[in-house]
Parts: sequence; structure tokens; C-alpha cells
Amino acid sequence: MALSKEDVVNIAHLARLAIDAKDIPEYEKNLSNILALVEQMSQVDTTQVEPMAHPLDAVQRLRPDEVTETDQREHFQSIAPATENGLYLVPKVIE
Amino acid sequence: MHNKTLAELSAALQQSEVSSEELTRHLLQRIQSLDGKLNALVTVTEEHALAQARQADALRQAGNAGPMTGLPLIHKDIFCTDGVKTSCGSKMLDNFIAPYDATIVAKCKAAGMVMLGKSNMDEFAMGSSNETSFYGPVHNPWDLDAVPGGSSGGSAAAVAARLSPVATGTDTGGSIRQPAALCGVTGLKPTYGRVSRYGMIAFASSLDQAGPMTRSAEDAAMMLNVMAGFDERDSTSVEKAVPDYTQTLNDSLKGLKIGLPKEYFGEGMDQAVIDVINTAIKQYQELGAEVIEISLPNFALAVPAYYVVAPAECSSNLSRFDGVRFGYRCENPKDLQDFYERSRGEGFGAEVKRRIMIGTYALSAGYYDAYYLKAQKLRRLISDDFHKAFEQVDVIMSATAPTVAFKLGEKTDDPVTMYLSDINTIAVNLAGLPGMSIPAGFVNGLPVGLQIIGNYFDEQRLLNVAHQYQQVTQWHQQSPQDFA
Repeated sequence: MALSKEDVVNIAHLARLAIDAKDIPEYEKNLSNILALVEQMSQVDTTQVEPMAHPLDAVQRLRPDEVTETDQREHFQSIAPATENGLYLVPKVIE
Repeated sequence: MHNKTLAELSAALQQSEVSSEELTRHLLQRIQSLDGKLNALVTVTEEHALAQARQADALRQAGNAGPMTGLPLIHKDIFCTDGVKTSCGSKMLDNFIAPYDATIVAKCKAAGMVMLGKSNMDEFAMGSSNETSFYGPVHNPWDLDAVPGGSSGGSAAAVAARLSPVATGTDTGGSIRQPAALCGVTGLKPTYGRVSRYGMIAFASSLDQAGPMTRSAEDAAMMLNVMAGFDERDSTSVEKAVPDYTQTLNDSLKGLKIGLPKEYFGEGMDQAVIDVINTAIKQYQELGAEVIEISLPNFALAVPAYYVVAPAECSSNLSRFDGVRFGYRCENPKDLQDFYERSRGEGFGAEVKRRIMIGTYALSAGYYDAYYLKAQKLRRLISDDFHKAFEQVDVIMSATAPTVAFKLGEKTDDPVTMYLSDINTIAVNLAGLPGMSIPAGFVNGLPVGLQIIGNYFDEQRLLNVAHQYQQVTQWHQQSPQDFA
């Protein structure tokens, strides 16, 4: 499937990626080529095949609902770009 | 001293022929004088290494040293290292000082090993040539104009150039085995779930697995002894006893059944590489192994299926990089949307963005069945092919990569051509099987890797099969001229 310029812009928006306008043709071409590769999948009939989500078909392991981690907020926030009073700072969301 | 294997160095330390501090200083010196040509390391942790080495020597003085105490290693920069920059080859994490250790890093520390530094890699492990790194490409020690392979290219180059006897790697579609092949070192990708993924920055969670890159199978066995084992912090870690991988290295190969999948010896493979592999197979027959032709009919679908599963999982995993809690943040955002889009757009490189976009597209409303679900179904078929093969044979062999190392820049303009350089390794990850690459010869002065694929949790046999070959051949002992 060949992607259009609009497709590329839309996907970049869904992925929250700023893309330079001058790079869009390159993405159009490369992403379309990758999708053409991927489309070889349709050569095989898989109607009766069970999808495989995990190599060992394992199920999620459960543990008792107990607190096992200590609070390390200051340690983890020491590498944050901007914090104040233990909160992460981002641009104003609500006017 | 730098030409000694891990096993030899372990003996030398035990017999006090050398101290860990002397060994560490020697290798740090080599890194300083030689890595300018290779760019294999992103960070050299000199002070850290010397402190660990002194501690190891003190332990030995006190009679408390184990077999790994004081042995040096390099960690791929995908593993979180407490207090040390962990970049994952990305501008996004160029300022990221990890606040904790990955489980395998903690295990290596607990074993007394000395970290020399962190190795360069394709950005977020997405690449087959180490050219997508924010820190520039790594050069192949056998030919400085050629790629080292990827994504664990820095680890492979460092081990090949004798900057360290061992480095850790990760393998999502061939990222340990393919660079091991292209740089002429031994690389092992264990069974999915054998080694903890905790603290290893996630690319495609259902495929990622960590393993050792060394100069011999014996060294890989020693390293897997340290790295393997259940970890409650990784929900996909498997609760299964870990054998001593060094104990079975000398088992005889008499009666070993080797499967040769005809699909791996056909179109797209360099004939000179195939000739090297056929010679290696003959050597195995001389060791008493039996060769059986097999078929893995869905082989050609592995790359297409992988380029849905891996990007889909990467697009989810990499959504955590939002500029809020850690990593790169753009300047002067005008609102929250601009903040997210520019932090991510400026922080990620082109290949990572392509994969996030392919994954986002494949998972977007209306496309799930046609892409992700379809790929998961193919994954089942690919996996079933292997299950059937392992009813007949003990191991499967092929070339690790279809060609020897290609030139820097040769495939960067065309992502699909680059993707096809992993054609021989990708199916193993989709099935979750263990695989190895060992040096098996040269074509035009560049190393060729033999891939050995085993059944689930059969790492013991893989290491045994590799070790026996290395007892009767010298390919793994060759060193690149400028780095001897």
C-alpha cells in the first residue's frame, strides 16, 4: 500500500512526532516500501491459525498484592527536565 | 594480555599472574589509544572500573574471589547502569543518567566483574549496521570502511579489537548474532525468558533478549552462567533452573543430528559465504555429527511479519519518551501538543521515527487485523516449522548473515535492503528460540559467522556444539591486524 502525503502527516500526528515538511516525501517513499515488504504476508492463508502473542505461550504471572517498592520520588525526579514540589512541570494545559 | 580469553584471564587472576587493576589499566589504555578508529564506546567508565578492580583485588586477597571476580566487561548502552549515562544510542537519552541497575548489570557486579564502559549501538537497537546511532557509526576492526553489523555493533567491534574479552548485547531480530558474524566473534542469543529484561530499554518486548558476546564458546558459557536466571521483576522471565553451562562443553558430538534448512542456502545468499558454511558442516561430520536436510517453508515470511510485530511493539514502548519525566525536552514549546511532538521529533532519529510510524499505522483503527493479527498468525506458522524440525534434529545450522560486512553508507538510503540483511536471524526471535553465531572462516579477508539454532532452553547443547568446533578450528582466535 502506497501512503500519501496526508497519510504521513496523519500518522506522524497519531505518533506525536514533529516531522519537517521537507522530509515528508522521503517518509512517503520509505514507509510505502516497508509496507510493500510487509504486504507479502497476504500470500498466506491464515484463517485457521491461532495468533501467537508470546514465544512460550506463557500466561501473566501473578503475585500477592503487597507493597514491594519503596518511595524513591526524589531520586527519580533528580533526572527530570523540570519539577516543582515533587511534581513534573509541563506547559500550561488549561487556560 | 588482551589476547587472552575470559577463561584464561580467570586462571591468570586466580594464580596472581596479574591483578584486576593491572588488567583493567591495560584495557583502558587500549581503549584510549585504539577506540578513536572504531567509535565502539559511548562512555568509558575509567574511575568506576578502577574502583571495581581494586575492590576485586581486595576480595581475592581476602580469599573471597569467585571465578568471575575482577574480569572486565563492556555493557551495551541499552542496559541501565546506576549513576552512569545510559543513552541507548539516542539523542533522546543523551542526558539520561540511569537511576538503577538492570538485573544483568547487577548480576555482573555481584559476580565481581569490572565495567570498562558502555558500547555504541544503533539507536534504540533499531538497525543492522550501527549507522543509526546518535554518536555516529562504529567501524569494523577488520575493515574500517565496513560496518560492524548491528545493533550490538559497538560490543562486537570492542570484543573483536581486544578492547574487552566480553561485552553484553541484545538481540531482537539478530542484533547479537549478525554483528558477531560480521566482526568474527562468538555471540549467543538465549531462549526468550532465559535472561532478565529488567532495566534493558525495551524495543520489542516479545522479541528482545540479552546475551553475551565473547571470543569463545567457553567464555559465552561462563557469561551465561552469570546472566541467566529467573527475575521476578521481569514478567516474562521463566522460572527454570539454570544449569552450569561450562559442565557440558566437552560432551561428544557423536550422533548429533544437524538440520540444514534448504531455504537458508538458496536465493539471496552469497555463494562464497555458503562455501564457508559447507566446509564447517563437513568439519562437524568429521566430529561424528549426522546431517539431515530439512525445510522451514515459511522462512521468507519472517522478515515481513517481523516488520509488523517489532515496529508495533516499538511504537507502544517508545511512547514513554514524552519529554516530561526524563530524557530530551524541546525548547520553548507553545503548548502541550507542540511539547510532545517536538520533544519526540527532535529527540528521535530517522530510523526510529520510521519504525514508530509503521507501528502506529499497523495498530491504528481498522488495520489491526490486516497487520498485527496477521503477523501474529504468521509467527505461529514460523514457530511451528521449527517445532517440526526439532522433532527430527538437535540443532539447525546456516550462515548467520547472507554476506560478509558491507561498506558504511552502502544500505543507508534504502531501509528495506537493510532489513533483508537480517533475513537469516529474524525467524529465531519470532519463535523465541536460542541461537548462536561463531566464526567459521573468511571471505575477502572479512569474517563469516556460522549460525547454530537450538530448541527451547537448549543453550547447553548450543555451547557444547560451538565449543567442540572451536577445539578443532582456529577461526575464533584470529584477530584483526591493526588490533592484534
